[in-house]
Amino acid sequence: METIKEIQEEIIEDFEIFDDWMQKYEFLIDLGKELPQIEEQYKIEDNLIKGCQSRVWLHAEEKNGSIVYSADSDAIMTKGIIAILLRVLSNQKSEDIINADLSFIDEIGLKEQLSATRANGLVSMIKKIKLFALALGKR
Amino acid sequence: MLDIIKIRSKFPILSRKVNGQDLVYFDNGATTQKPQVVIDAEANYYANENSNVHRGVHFLSGLATDKFEETRNTIQKFIGAKHKHEIIFTKGTTDAINLVANGFRTLLNKGDEVIISEMEHHSNIVPWQMCCEQSGATLKVIPLLNNGSLDMIAFENFLTENTKLVSVSHISNTLGTINPIKEIIEKAQAVGAKVMIDGAQAAAHISLNMQSLGADYYCFSAHKLYGPTGVGILYGKEDVLNELPPYQGGGEMIKEVSFKKTTYACLPHKFEAGTPNIAGVVAFKSAIDFINELGLSNIAKYEEELLQYATEEVLKIEGLKIYGTAKNKSGIISFNINELHPYDIGVIVDKLGIAIRTGHHCTQPIMERFNIPGTARISLAVYNTKEEIDICINAIIKAKQMLS
Repeated sequence: METIKEIQEEIIEDFEIFDDWMQKYEFLIDLGKELPQIEEQYKIEDNLIKGCQSRVWLHAEEKNGSIVYSADSDAIMTKGIIAILLRVLSNQKSEDIINADLSFIDEIGLKEQLSATRANGLVSMIKKIKLFALALGKR
Repeated sequence: MLDIIKIRSKFPILSRKVNGQDLVYFDNGATTQKPQVVIDAEANYYANENSNVHRGVHFLSGLATDKFEETRNTIQKFIGAKHKHEIIFTKGTTDAINLVANGFRTLLNKGDEVIISEMEHHSNIVPWQMCCEQSGATLKVIPLLNNGSLDMIAFENFLTENTKLVSVSHISNTLGTINPIKEIIEKAQAVGAKVMIDGAQAAAHISLNMQSLGADYYCFSAHKLYGPTGVGILYGKEDVLNELPPYQGGGEMIKEVSFKKTTYACLPHKFEAGTPNIAGVVAFKSAIDFINELGLSNIAKYEEELLQYATEEVLKIEGLKIYGTAKNKSGIISFNINELHPYDIGVIVDKLGIAIRTGHHCTQPIMERFNIPGTARISLAVYNTKEEIDICINAIIKAKQMLS
């Protein structure tokens, strides 16, 4: 299994080939369309991360010692961002998720592409992902 | 005819770049940009005139007070108020509504009714919910029709002798609907209710005259009229303001203070506790002067022309739906395209240098009414041009292509 660090490095490489923002956005949109859908039964209030602009549902379960996430959003760009986060953090061990240093977000220019309000949404998503890992890891 | 190129040259921010592109600013419903005269007036106040108002005997205090009161005179004329002391300086529209709603907490009793509408900004909903919760009064909500105008029949059916206050917006910040406020005021006052009008979206676009309008309260924010942030106006009829209990206690708003009993100052000072945003108030006069030089009727005519052009052009985009199609509309276009999320459209056109607003625009009940997560919104000001509308529409088309 690839480590969080290894996957982050792959994503940084993926993003290096893009010359401009439009290609980056198109890549995010494609990832968003491919994001594995959360099952309808998990699209509940408890799993909702409320931002000012778009809604995000996040579900997590433990499988063979790893935490597996699924998610959805009503906005495609947001889905693309979640897809990247989940590529890094899903199917990992709880303590690795909690301790993950997500420096790749800055390196691929995701945070700077996103204004402060949107970057806050990103922070809430990461927080929710880590909280799930914490809760499920304790069991 | 307005010389738009000359007008644009007075706004330094309009020549800046955003994401490497020329800025196209269509978020005027949120706040307008400031002309150099306003920026200069604020800087000049601090450089040459700064002192506290209504307090000292020294030269600068007198100068600052004169400048501060000059703005009050200017506003009185601008909105056709009968008396100068009917103009209260606040922090903004939200502050003005809270000031009135807070006063009504003690004026209302169980069984009394307050009427607002489904199209209100959260700042004209929440203060009244809080007021009703505390006073035991009931809140009634005028529903919207499909075209985004008020259901006036429902409104009339709400009116009874229990109606004590009606608070509605002059223009909807989300739908652009211009409400028939004159009719609302007359009908509500006929049953003995007071009427408050939230004019945040109107004062920069429609010529106002408080004496012929007859509203009991009318409020707006300087920053939506090319003026500074942190300054707002509450207009109230003299007798109505006299009946309203003070909002905040402190300096300036008192006549005499003792531990036995404190008496309050006369209008307008009764509602102006503490040191106000003096620099902002002083600079606000320059913004009003700027509007007066252009003439509100000229501004309205030009913006109407832009609105018509923009409406026709956006409707050419396949799958685009406009929310708010009332006959009487101001320069606001809220829309969605097919199933695309407005947020996605907003972030892409932003990269192309275009500032539009996306989201619920602090009007979640409207979103619920139309069953949508939000809209993208273009809101116009006098410095916008048809060329900018073309650039914006091309960007929206580009976003649609990328997202579909």
